[in-house]
Amino acid sequence: MMGSDAVKIVAHYPIVWFTRRIFSGVVVVWAALTFAFLIQCVLPGDRAQIIINATSGNVGLASSAELAAINAKYGFDQPLAIQYGRYILRILHGDLGESYQQHRPVAGIIAEQIGPTIILAVTALLLAWIIAILTTLFIAGRDNMWAKLLNDTQVFFATAPPYWLATILLVVFAVKLRIFPVIGGSSPAGLILPTLALALELSGFFGQVVQNEFTRVLEQPFVASARARGMSDFGVRLRHVLRHAALPGITLSGWALGKLLSGAILIEVVFARQGLGGVLVAATSSRDVPIVSGAVLISAGLFVLVSLIVDLTYRLVDPRIKLT
Amino acid sequence: MSQGRPQPVPQQPDLLTVDSLRVSFGRAIDEKPVVRSISFSLRPGRCLAIVGESGSGKSVTARALIGLAGRYANVHARQLSFDGTNLMGLSDRAWRGIRGNEIGFVLQDALVSLDPLRRIGKEIGEGLLLHGAVSSREELAQRVIALLKLVGVPDPETKAKQLPHQLSGGQRQRALIASALALDPRILIADEPTTALDVTAQAHVLSLLEETKTRGKALILISHDLAVVSRVADEILVMREGEVVERGNAGQILKDPEHPYTKQLLDAVPSGRPRGSRLSPSTIVRSPARQTQPEVQSPPKSRPILLEATSLVKRFKGPDGTLRTAVDGVSFELRSGETLGIVGESGSGKSTMARMVLALEEPDEGAVQFAGRPWTALAERERRTRRRSLSMIYQDPLGSFDPRWTVGRIISDSLSSEVEIRRKRQERVIELLDLVGLSEALLDRRPLELSGGQRQRVAIARAIAPNPAVIVCDEPVSALDVSIQAQVLDLLGDLKEHVGVSYLFISHDLSVVRQISDRVIVMRRGRIVDSGATEEIFRNPESEYTKSLIAAMPRLVRDHQIGHSATILEEGIA
Repeated sequence: MMGSDAVKIVAHYPIVWFTRRIFSGVVVVWAALTFAFLIQCVLPGDRAQIIINATSGNVGLASSAELAAINAKYGFDQPLAIQYGRYILRILHGDLGESYQQHRPVAGIIAEQIGPTIILAVTALLLAWIIAILTTLFIAGRDNMWAKLLNDTQVFFATAPPYWLATILLVVFAVKLRIFPVIGGSSPAGLILPTLALALELSGFFGQVVQNEFTRVLEQPFVASARARGMSDFGVRLRHVLRHAALPGITLSGWALGKLLSGAILIEVVFARQGLGGVLVAATSSRDVPIVSGAVLISAGLFVLVSLIVDLTYRLVDPRIKLT
Repeated sequence: MSQGRPQPVPQQPDLLTVDSLRVSFGRAIDEKPVVRSISFSLRPGRCLAIVGESGSGKSVTARALIGLAGRYANVHARQLSFDGTNLMGLSDRAWRGIRGNEIGFVLQDALVSLDPLRRIGKEIGEGLLLHGAVSSREELAQRVIALLKLVGVPDPETKAKQLPHQLSGGQRQRALIASALALDPRILIADEPTTALDVTAQAHVLSLLEETKTRGKALILISHDLAVVSRVADEILVMREGEVVERGNAGQILKDPEHPYTKQLLDAVPSGRPRGSRLSPSTIVRSPARQTQPEVQSPPKSRPILLEATSLVKRFKGPDGTLRTAVDGVSFELRSGETLGIVGESGSGKSTMARMVLALEEPDEGAVQFAGRPWTALAERERRTRRRSLSMIYQDPLGSFDPRWTVGRIISDSLSSEVEIRRKRQERVIELLDLVGLSEALLDRRPLELSGGQRQRVAIARAIAPNPAVIVCDEPVSALDVSIQAQVLDLLGDLKEHVGVSYLFISHDLSVVRQISDRVIVMRRGRIVDSGATEEIFRNPESEYTKSLIAAMPRLVRDHQIGHSATILEEGIA
């Protein structure tokens, strides 16, 4: 009994918590890797045939000699367990394989394209938070026309599909009003419309969640306490209520960033932006499996990282929670 | 302790004048007045108590005095002025200058009235910063520490850095009072400042309020409990449904109440009556044996033992990682038809012990036997069939109900599955409702649509539904107003005879435990410090600790001398 208590005490320290989180993160990434590997194996059609078709761009049956050469090159003639072992070993060395189509290492392709995508997703997340917090600060618990209008707008944004919003934004601000470029490229001005297209949906979603909690917290006695000390209504909202109301939103941020990354891929295509989106769309349609499974791996890694950040932020905002 | 205090100068001008205050909610058409017509005035160094049950409008009145009655409140008054300033129609900015600065406000229940995410020091310093009362960070820190010292919080330097949940109930309440006193306001309004506190913490807070009064502050004390008020108040307003039913000098009202409602409130205070007598006027359970029921001193040893706990020990890991022993070798037995009261302050381990008895928490050492057979030593699977014989009543019934379920479903869910026919179940539910004094009309209500007293009655009906042998009651009346508390205590007493059940009755409130228990165990820091027949314990406590608890009990003092500002704490027991 004392032994298990000792373990519990040790588990209290942040470093132990951190190690545990890293370990479980590794497990998640490993599971994603295995999943990607199995997908490659069970995909219909002969893999050597797919590779030949993808490489040459032709559709047709290859000779058995050609197939044997490819099978030997990629090790498809080996037992599954050995293939799996080699696959894991390669990845541990940072080798994600080579694209069938581009004949370049997958790691390099993803590395050069992932930057703009992450920038897009993170700016969209921040913008979504800013919009959600500002509207909530002003409308939560208030009963006037503006509050109703903004609340309805939030619901509308939360339910509108981002690609549809993207098209509307593109037509209005880029084509008609010519405020922003139609094709953004990587310039800061080009970032605005895609970010907005992604952020609006999420801001509506966050807004509703935060507002819900905000309204509940506004009724709490400690709010009245602060008011009784002479604090203004807005002061209480900003200094006391917001912190509480943000908590469920922070929890959702991990999920949101995952959603944003996949959303970004779509939006990049709509705005013809550089990023993972274009590469992935091309790779998926031509069955360039190494790129797709590379993307799966990277997403899993990002997801683990983001949920770690989310948990740390949550603990910063809510000091009652200890790292256990 | 309040004797020999200099009398306030009678000529001193009124600090606060309230004339015909009326507060209503909603629009003009469906307007519902919550406060109908309240008038009073307050002078420095005096204490006005507003007493009434929940829903009487006393809290709304208090909030209206600082302009925080709520967004949908309509406040009207012939006069509402503070030190010559008319408070009616004051701008929000002007109000902010008065709140905290001139009038301090202590809300009830410090656990939720202090921001749970903020450090105590920051919360107390907030008022100082808002009103620009400090010029530097060092000064702010010093003032905060000084305030914590003033209200008697031990180790103020550490406490200032802690979060509300890390402080005990009494410390939190004192910290909240410190935050209200930060700017040395001339009036302090305290809304139920001692409700849900242990007797000793309650006594401390009351002394603190008395001290504040002695320092020349005007005090408005709001409470449902006349025993609490009797110690500090100079003048009492008794409110009911938004109206003042009785008002006057505190001594006069406590000694010789005129209005029947005031009498009822006084009767509901358990410590004001001989033990075992009924506290509420209505008889709920029609039991023929009731009248001739003799006082049960201690049940004969021949009665079978239902619950037997032997050397229970439970340890928990503390916030700093060290082990804390919550229950330290506790043994007791509960016999059939008996009520065993367990008294202790928060942190004494009484709730942990209850959880072990219910086999919700596994004891680290020792065991509980139930009806002569092992209980805690069994696997949950073996216990499950016998769980129905052991019921539970919680402090907060609302938290123990599914808010979406109707009263009918809540009770029916606890019926044993043997009653299979739907109509039979329904009949039984109605029977149970009747037994706890609720009408059939409540069947389709949901918990939120019930009053606090009704909810606790539903909880009791649910607890007796499976015909249990023992009901564990954990603070079953501490969230209730005194008059409702009285009814619930009477109900529990009646049911004991009517359905033949034994209670393990846990409470921090000595007067409540004294009222209902046959035997009492006093717990402190996980250990039993006193145990024995109720009368014996209260008349002749063995340990110093029990003596101090009994001394700290708030008690109605009816010979409250006219002209004297506060009541003297009685020595010993009446």
